[in-house]
Amino acid sequence: MDQPFVVGRVRTPAGVVPRISPLLLAGDRWGSFKARWGVGRMHYTVDLGLYALGEVGPESPVFVTANYKMSFDCLRESLAGRNGWILVVDTQGINVWCAAGKGTFSTDEIVRRIEIARLADVVTHRKLIVPQLAAPGVAAHEVKRLSGFRVVYGPIRSKDLGYFLDAGLKATPEMRQKTFPIGERVVLIPVELVEALKTALIIIPVLFVVGGLGGPGSFWDKALDHGLLGVSALLLSIVAGAVVTPILLPWLPGRAFALKGLLPGVIAAALIAVARNGAWVDLSGKLETVAWLLLVPALTTYLSMNFTGASTYTSLSGVKKEMRVAVPLQVIAASAGILLWLGSRLAA
Amino acid sequence: MIGQLTYLKDVVTLRLDAEKCTGCGMCLQVCPQAVLARENGKVRIDSRDSCMECGACARNCPTEAIEVSAGVGCAAAVINAALGRNSSSCCCIIEQPESANRDSQAPADRRGSSCC
Ligand code: SF4
Ligand code: SF4
Repeated sequence: MDQPFVVGRVRTPAGVVPRISPLLLAGDRWGSFKARWGVGRMHYTVDLGLYALGEVGPESPVFVTANYKMSFDCLRESLAGRNGWILVVDTQGINVWCAAGKGTFSTDEIVRRIEIARLADVVTHRKLIVPQLAAPGVAAHEVKRLSGFRVVYGPIRSKDLGYFLDAGLKATPEMRQKTFPIGERVVLIPVELVEALKTALIIIPVLFVVGGLGGPGSFWDKALDHGLLGVSALLLSIVAGAVVTPILLPWLPGRAFALKGLLPGVIAAALIAVARNGAWVDLSGKLETVAWLLLVPALTTYLSMNFTGASTYTSLSGVKKEMRVAVPLQVIAASAGILLWLGSRLAA
Repeated sequence: MIGQLTYLKDVVTLRLDAEKCTGCGMCLQVCPQAVLARENGKVRIDSRDSCMECGACARNCPTEAIEVSAGVGCAAAVINAALGRNSSSCCCIIEQPESANRDSQAPADRRGSSCC
């Protein structure tokens, strides 16, 4: 009851149910923003069980969602001005689609929540509106058999819920299709970026220290020179793989994600080589340039390949197939690159 | 066209047994990639390469007419599995290894960014 979006209470035959507001407050939006950037995503959950929205009665529809706060917010916001019950099931704070894939948004969990909330006493109908993206984890016919409630899958995008309700619980084929438009790809970039940068933070000091070793001159000058080149190359690879690839995804050549990352990776590597063309005079400079020409594409294609996890259309069989080819090549390029770079310090 | 984003050709494990299909249409309702189509009261695989092996169709088919080895197409999860890390699904790659304790979980919202 003591959650900020609870604005009252509704008496039902099964007890008191919190009444919630459909309005998202600044705090809700700030929470979503932080979750997108991977900050404090622990406990980004809502309490389990039944909630009431609007002027509910025993005939009002029942919507099922995950206990991930962002899923819950999205649902209540898109139901503004309507009446309904919201049944929050335990997905361990994970969004609907991921939870369905993991099996936490499941038939059993829905059946259990129906029983705990005594839903059959609250509503007279026997229908549940379950998000379509929960379907990998939920068997509609099993829910019916075990609980008596018939599952109707709602549209994929919550903004279509209004249409769906007005059309008598029917969605158009477009509403059933998961697309991956640019806006959706862009909001996924922060998570990718934060993850990559976390690893980069460990590598950056190593680049400076090793960059400062070998050859004549002061440690600090060399550290700055070679270390900074390394850091630039690293950050450029991360931008190419975790920002450019997601944004340009449909237009990059190739179907495999690692292949899609090749073009941004090669361009990033070329930029580094051009910026460094003054060093192409001695063995050390040449080794260093070649090293980054190998390392940058290896890293970029790896990060691009990792975006399969965020994408909405890759199959596990496909990912395994592309990895069988890409990973060995990435490992070879990266190992050769590291050896050449170390060699460039020795040759200096 | 939506079809501009199609993953690899000829890899998916989706199989449909037309004998068992009653044409109830559940699979059409749950498939997020418009892989299946209705034809003469039955369902057939229309755009196989669009299938992402989410398993929704097979899970919701009352007659077990569809078979697919379902999984999440996520490179990080495949790597984690190969390294023996306890994380089979993409959404938990940020999960701490010690998160057998549910409170320490830090799930990432990766797939399904439209949040519902
Ligand atoms: S869910 Fe099964 S029985 Fe129903 S149309 Fe699809 S394949 Fe046929
Ligand atoms: S596995 Fe998923 S994407 Fe493939 S046909 Fe079935 S529902 Fe559609």
